[in-house]
Amino acid sequence: MSSFLAYTIFGLFSGAAYAIAASGLVLTYTTTRVFNIAHGAFGMVLSYLFWDFSVKQGLPIWLSLVLVLFVVAPAIGWFIARFVAKGLGEAPVSVSLVVTVGLLVGCIGFATQVYKPEARTVLPFFPETSFSLGETNITAHQVITILASIAVAVGLYLLLNRTRIGTAMRASVDNPELLKLFGGKPEAVATLSWMIGISLAGLGGILLVSTVGLDTYSLTLLVINAYAAAMLGRLKSLPLTFLGAMGLGLLSSYAPVYLPQEGLIGSVDNVVPALFLFIVIVAMPQAQLRIGQVKGIVSAPLPSLPKALGWGAALLVFVALLSGTASEANLLLVGTAATYAIVMLSLVLLTGYGGHVSLAQFTFAGVGALTYAKLDEPNLYGLLVSALVAAGVGALVALPVLRLTGLYLALSTLAFAAIMDKMLFQADFAFGFNGTLPAERLSILGMSITSTSGYVFVMAAFFVLMAFALLLVRRGVIGRMLIAMRDSPAACGTLGLDMRWFRVGLFAASAGMAGLAGGLYAGLRQSVGAAEFQFFNSLPLLLLAVVLGVTSVTGAALGGTGLMLLYNYPDAQGLLFILIAVGAVLLGRNPNGLAIYLFRLGNWLQGRLGPVLLSRLPALPADDERPASRNDDSVVEEDETTVTSTVVAGRPAGEPREVPAHVAR
Amino acid sequence: MSHADAALDRGDALLRVEDVVVQFGGVTAVNHASFVAAAGVITGLIGPNGAGKTTCFNVITGLQRPTSGTIRFRGRNVTRMPVNRRAKRGMGRTFQRLEAFGSLTVRENVRVAHDIHAGLLGLVRPAKADVDGLLERVGIAAYAEERADSIPTGTARLLELARCLAGDPQLLLLDEPSSGQDESETDAFGELLKELAAEGRGIVMVEHDMDLVMSVCDEIHVLDFGTIIASGPPSMIRNDPAVQKAYLGYSDAEDPDSSDHTLTDLPAVETTQQIPVVTS
Repeated sequence: MSSFLAYTIFGLFSGAAYAIAASGLVLTYTTTRVFNIAHGAFGMVLSYLFWDFSVKQGLPIWLSLVLVLFVVAPAIGWFIARFVAKGLGEAPVSVSLVVTVGLLVGCIGFATQVYKPEARTVLPFFPETSFSLGETNITAHQVITILASIAVAVGLYLLLNRTRIGTAMRASVDNPELLKLFGGKPEAVATLSWMIGISLAGLGGILLVSTVGLDTYSLTLLVINAYAAAMLGRLKSLPLTFLGAMGLGLLSSYAPVYLPQEGLIGSVDNVVPALFLFIVIVAMPQAQLRIGQVKGIVSAPLPSLPKALGWGAALLVFVALLSGTASEANLLLVGTAATYAIVMLSLVLLTGYGGHVSLAQFTFAGVGALTYAKLDEPNLYGLLVSALVAAGVGALVALPVLRLTGLYLALSTLAFAAIMDKMLFQADFAFGFNGTLPAERLSILGMSITSTSGYVFVMAAFFVLMAFALLLVRRGVIGRMLIAMRDSPAACGTLGLDMRWFRVGLFAASAGMAGLAGGLYAGLRQSVGAAEFQFFNSLPLLLLAVVLGVTSVTGAALGGTGLMLLYNYPDAQGLLFILIAVGAVLLGRNPNGLAIYLFRLGNWLQGRLGPVLLSRLPALPADDERPASRNDDSVVEEDETTVTSTVVAGRPAGEPREVPAHVAR
Repeated sequence: MSHADAALDRGDALLRVEDVVVQFGGVTAVNHASFVAAAGVITGLIGPNGAGKTTCFNVITGLQRPTSGTIRFRGRNVTRMPVNRRAKRGMGRTFQRLEAFGSLTVRENVRVAHDIHAGLLGLVRPAKADVDGLLERVGIAAYAEERADSIPTGTARLLELARCLAGDPQLLLLDEPSSGQDESETDAFGELLKELAAEGRGIVMVEHDMDLVMSVCDEIHVLDFGTIIASGPPSMIRNDPAVQKAYLGYSDAEDPDSSDHTLTDLPAVETTQQIPVVTS
């Protein structure tokens, strides 16, 4: 019985810390409509800073706390509100998700860059003090945490109900525009809520860090607990959020003790928060379609089919030449880049065309790789089955949430990825704990491709074929419907489109593409493990896709290469993460990414130099003028450059258009 | 799912809004509203800004669940039917805040609507859509190649109408269709509406242009603060004192931003005749 009490107290303690963090998340979301995926990451960075101040610099603990929570955290919040999140709430969900994922990756980059791995410990507050309750001990730290959560609850209640700015905050939940009309200042409200939000993330992190340990990733992923708690309150209700946090704290505390420890069930306790999150999302009520927000996005122009074919062929020739000369190690890198590029193609379909965000593409690739390795049918049939299994899993993730919209779909992929990471991929029937599985190289129509160079060529061919198929889809009926759905779900609904099934199909197709990439990758490496498909990898993937252009197959080719290079420089990874994050934050609002600038450059070059070069050299115009064509895949970039024909005459091609004039009422 | 064959005579009830209430928190946006829209008839829904007209449309099309009340469409209770299935039953609407597919061209906008209407079969066997004919009919053929987010508001409203018509709906719900159009465009639009009604379609129109409303509508319902304060043919509505009050603010209630409303041609009212609320 006393042990039960001890677990209960521990559960209440962690629940209290989750509640503090989650209430910050809810506060920011309700007042600004931005769901801060990076909430936990900020808590992580602030915990590192707390360690820095209190342990490394030796400042008194109270001073460190004050500095972190009342100086640094509000400063970060102010900066984000002013320069990053401004107007983000009105942007499509996919944009705000990408930007906050950018913040998350940036935080991780910062932490890995500044705080190189070493053993760090943060002691609990008053480590010597504890109180006994019968046979059970309660530490002073636990008491402080629970008291702090009560203080936060009371403080937020008073702020929201008893102060002017609090009233304005509640008003801005309903309609920031209206608030403005009545003389309120939505900007001030947003700034304050970001400042408090980040500060609460920091407090939550610091209170938990003595238990969790100062680890970049586990502290960042603690946010799943906060998401789950916040979801129970439907991202609105603070009391329900507190309740959810406490319930989750207790569940996570009891699970390892009272659940059987054998088999798959035994690993459930690792994923209690993610399961909780998934279940809460599935139980959410039907979302209503939002109307009155038009998001005409200028997509990258579509290449004409001959053009696409030409550049696809050029890419293949390039890879063929490369396979003849490059070393084995470099060939493996090219193959890896091709894998990533195909996974990015799956994002072009889902995010670029469909406007949905998935945070689990690598997990789907992992499902494909696992199937390929387990099936042991190293041929097209095996590859097809891998893709189909991944597609099925993708449908399973999307199916329960098909009534819901963007944000929830993205969060359910996140929960799913976390569950796969900690539970299924590590299971004995899958890759095994820290294990790998052997896989054979693919054989096509009885012809076995054993050499790495040949295999890499085949992978490039797959990329080209899939890119081509994607462009065909985009041109056809389905492509138009996808764009229509992205631009106005409400109009699609009132025209009679059943978007739920369309969305599930889209999700499945995208997961299937990622799964195929996974299968190919398994064959390339000939040995695969869970580590290669970790949840976190999907985040830089998403960001790079957006930075380099998630609306074009060129962006996918560039992004794949970029991601390969990124993982190739582990020493500079922190810095590179920061770089990508900044890119994502800057470019997040224009999903055409850098690719569209390339297209424009291409158009410009063609206009200027084309005639001259053509007269001298009738082959490919201005081929070597392009920057960034030092890597193989970027060659495809050209296939989308010269598509002025699809754009109306009289307007420059691909001119970015913000919200159309007639919507700006 | 062809709607043309379901023979309905002019005047047969197509849509019945029965005692609908919509509350947002403590605010009642629609308060026990009931009206009927009939086939071949143009029904006007007018009222000051914020009177609950668009909310009514949202409830009718299924974008918003009513707090209570019933929507019947072509004889069936559709109150809980999803948006897309109501559309398939023959309901089409346009939006006050435009919902054109901004990244597609005008022609593609209508093609998508046609594809959606054709359903799965359309994927296998693309039906020959007379997209250009539709664009011609609403008078925006000249814009066919333009991106929908680059055309003028008035044109975009016509585009939404064309997009709607691609699904051959029996009931058209038009939310401020003429705003953004000049006088001659509005006249042409009025003619188009009459033609569409003559084909047997029911049309419900939220509109602020009183000239248009008074000249094309057969039946008008006036909403104020979510309540239907008057119903009847244009000649009756024009002289209704309650309507005058709601529109011109002859009470000490807050001025309902009457700059939008063009009731300027209303004759001064002497009569205090009470209009019976029409129920069918």
